[in-house]
Amino acid sequence: MKSALSRAWQSDIAWAFRGSPIAMLAAFVFALLVIAALFAPLIAPHTPFDPSTLNLMDGFTPPMSEALGSGSVYWMGTDDQGRDVFSTILYGLRLSLLIGLAAVLFAAVLGVTLGLIAGYVGGWVDALIMRVADIQLTFPSILVALLIFGVARGLTPPELRDQMAVWVLILSIGLSEWVQFARTVRSSAMVESKKDYVQAARLIGRRPIAILFRHLLPNVLGPVLVIGTIYLALAIITEATLSFLGVGAPPTSPSLGTLISIGQDFLFSGEWWILLFPALTLLALALSVNLLGDWLRDVLNPKLR
Amino acid sequence: MASNVMPSSAADDAAPLLQVRDLVVEIPTRRGTLRPVDGVSFTIRAGEILGVVGESGAGKSITGAAIIGLLERPTRIASGSVTLAGTRIDGLSERELRRVRGARIGTVFQDPSTSLNPLKSIGDQLAETALAHLSVSRAEARQRALQSLIDVGIPAAAERLDAFPHQFSGGMRQRVVIALALIGDPELVIADEPTTALDVSVQAQILTLLRRLCTERGVGVMLVTHDMGVIAETTDRVAVLYAGRVAEIGPTRRVLTDAAHPYTRGLMGSTPDTSPDRDIGDRLVQVPGAMPGLANIPTGCAFHPRCPSAMSICEQREPHTTVLGDSAVRCWLHEDYP
Amino acid sequence: MSGAESSTIDRVPVRDEAGDVLVEVQGLSRRFDVSSAWLNRVVRREDKRILTAVDEVSFSVNRGETYALVGESGSGKSTIAKMVVGLLAPSAGSVRIDGTDPANARPAAMTALRRRIQMIFQDPYASLNPRWRVADIVGEPIRTFGLASGNEVGKRVGELLEQVGLSASDATKYPHEFSGGQRQRIGIARALASEPELIVCDEPTSALDVSVQAQVLNLMRDLQRDLNLTYLFITHDLSVVRFMADTIGVLYLGRLVESAPREALFERPTHPYTRMLLDAAPRLDGFERVHATDGGEVPDPISPPSGCHYHPRCAFRVDKCDQRYPPRRVLGPSEVACFEAERVLDAGAGSG
Repeated sequence: MKSALSRAWQSDIAWAFRGSPIAMLAAFVFALLVIAALFAPLIAPHTPFDPSTLNLMDGFTPPMSEALGSGSVYWMGTDDQGRDVFSTILYGLRLSLLIGLAAVLFAAVLGVTLGLIAGYVGGWVDALIMRVADIQLTFPSILVALLIFGVARGLTPPELRDQMAVWVLILSIGLSEWVQFARTVRSSAMVESKKDYVQAARLIGRRPIAILFRHLLPNVLGPVLVIGTIYLALAIITEATLSFLGVGAPPTSPSLGTLISIGQDFLFSGEWWILLFPALTLLALALSVNLLGDWLRDVLNPKLR
Repeated sequence: MASNVMPSSAADDAAPLLQVRDLVVEIPTRRGTLRPVDGVSFTIRAGEILGVVGESGAGKSITGAAIIGLLERPTRIASGSVTLAGTRIDGLSERELRRVRGARIGTVFQDPSTSLNPLKSIGDQLAETALAHLSVSRAEARQRALQSLIDVGIPAAAERLDAFPHQFSGGMRQRVVIALALIGDPELVIADEPTTALDVSVQAQILTLLRRLCTERGVGVMLVTHDMGVIAETTDRVAVLYAGRVAEIGPTRRVLTDAAHPYTRGLMGSTPDTSPDRDIGDRLVQVPGAMPGLANIPTGCAFHPRCPSAMSICEQREPHTTVLGDSAVRCWLHEDYP
Repeated sequence: MSGAESSTIDRVPVRDEAGDVLVEVQGLSRRFDVSSAWLNRVVRREDKRILTAVDEVSFSVNRGETYALVGESGSGKSTIAKMVVGLLAPSAGSVRIDGTDPANARPAAMTALRRRIQMIFQDPYASLNPRWRVADIVGEPIRTFGLASGNEVGKRVGELLEQVGLSASDATKYPHEFSGGQRQRIGIARALASEPELIVCDEPTSALDVSVQAQVLNLMRDLQRDLNLTYLFITHDLSVVRFMADTIGVLYLGRLVESAPREALFERPTHPYTRMLLDAAPRLDGFERVHATDGGEVPDPISPPSGCHYHPRCAFRVDKCDQRYPPRRVLGPSEVACFEAERVLDAGAGSG
């Protein structure tokens, strides 16, 4: 294990990483945010979504000042209900990351599978999948997510809506993002399918499923990582947008987008911290993921080496 | 350390057209410096065809690229000199090199699509090249373009002048590339595997054409290839490259029929042949192993791990270049011990 | 005039020399539709374009011998190889391996057949899955055909690697750790893994350096002798053919123009195209040789010349050559499709 790690550290990618201050900074910020989200229940000084712990008199406390009600100091202040902004951010971050990662994972699995099939089988199957992809691409992803979200919402009974919100979000964002995965994997799959090692596998009579997932899949995954990172940032922003618009995570378990939406109401009445800190967190998250994705794409681009 | 002595040729009063002396090309990488060309020396006289033969990784293409200044960074000429008709051309600025290319050195590469612009008619491309390198009028340039197509044997040249590259077959395209290389009236042509991608029947035509045109015009040719049969039939002299060094150089007939270097012997023996005089033995001569990668060049003589005649000194020290009349060989078997 | 007998035949004569026939190819054809998309065609009022890559090719391969298919670009040799192994279905005609036709075989018979046929590919960098270890690559046929299981597979892989001149410890490595020649050896080991009888070799050494090619060709001949293999050897290189083949078939634009035993082909060619190929091939002793260049190239296979495809370039051409395709006939030890084969035979093997 140790030698594998030291070999990885010596590898070209690690060397390029060490040579890029931006990549290291972005990775550091991202790691920090992920750890904060992971350990939110342990780090958060308060539990902002348990109404019994809230003190309404603590509401609207500015950052780093004593609260009127309980006298405790809130690092980032409180919102209108007396919730500690810092804690809400931690939990919101957790939700944003969870939804973002799950959506991208879903999009990747769906897109890669469809791309593999389209690239290997070709013919009308390929044409069909690509036409569906093209049609979907003419719509902005937020619109698609909104559409699917709306339909799914309409189908769920009202009492379950809040609970289902997370799943519906993952589904709708994932469905709006599979196309790029499918297209990229499809072109790789088309190229790889023509190579002789695939012919050799067909020759001994291996079934198409085996060829797709044992032979082709490992060879088309390269660009998927880069696309995945870039689309993670997009998924996070999409989720934040949907929540901001009020059709995403509900206020009872808000994501960063919801928090921003809530904070927006109070911006012009002077309680700037309710908006600013969640917004900065979202910015840090999306930016760090984006920068990492860009760096990864450049470093993995064979033409630039 | 290779010696600076060049093999003397019969017509020694004719100054050589191209003189490459101890050329060293380096590629700095983060794992160390690689040397794809490590002390290569040869000369080409006007009207002479020198074959540069070697297997993949021997450094023959990089040598050609270094001569015309087409090395991409970070690959660079580390030391040595390239002299064309008395003037040094290594180390020239990009602007000066552009004047040399086309006007003094023409190039023919393996893939015609890298030399031909798919968006312009070949008449235009030929005329442009003529205009750039010769002081002629536009009308004259077009006339020269037409004549060059006739010279390379394109049928119905007048009609084809305005055709585009994709409208030509592979062999015809390569003829156009030769026309393009020669239209600036160069003194030297560097042809890097010009027929490797062509069918064998076309290959013979192209090589015959190249040979005829160049000897007619007194143009020197450096023909890079891996095919010994092509060497035998097309070249006057041949330089055998191994791991970035010249293992042997001399008149083609002598080198091929009575090779001094064990690698050359191995190459000749392992090449299957259609000559009726050649016995169909049970096995081809086998040179064990493969050309070493740039990062793994053995100490001493680079060929020693594969050499059937290796001696202990071969592993320790690099052999000098020994001149034998109009040939040279770099091998301890022929070294005169001091 | 040549004293050889000539008789017109419709079918490939079954060889009555010693040796039974392992592969019999009859009237094999393959057409490809290379037209533009339907909508584009309708708009532009274009006809369909059909590429006839292989046109009524018939030959047979005896057990234990090497049959070489020689041709330049557009000859159809790779397409024939794919049809013989079953990777591509014929448009017409049949392939029979030891009596079984893969196109009509029942699944069980098909699996049994697959085990007996293997292929070695041209490009050593594309014929091995770069993400698989050598042990898995070579072991895949063993596992697929159930020839061994568990530790036995690893042992067998080790034996195969040793047999092709590598070492058993190479099994844990990845393809990129090997040179082109070594990868080709791995490809050969994979081909041997199912213990086949017939190996179709598609330009197996074209991408290799000369010294490495010699190693691989020597290896292939040794293996053939030790394991009684039959090779169908596809190549464009006549010098390799001279070293490897027992019988040679010459292809031009999808048609078999001449088929002959090695010595007869090289010393007494009967088809003008064969003669031209032999003349064009560069020779190691061809110093200052003058070629009898025919100044032509392989025409576009989509619209080939009428009658005998070779007639525009042919030095022996007569009037009827552009009207009818010459029937296959026997001339001495050779089979040839040419009206003027006797004249070709008399002219001898090229200008030398």
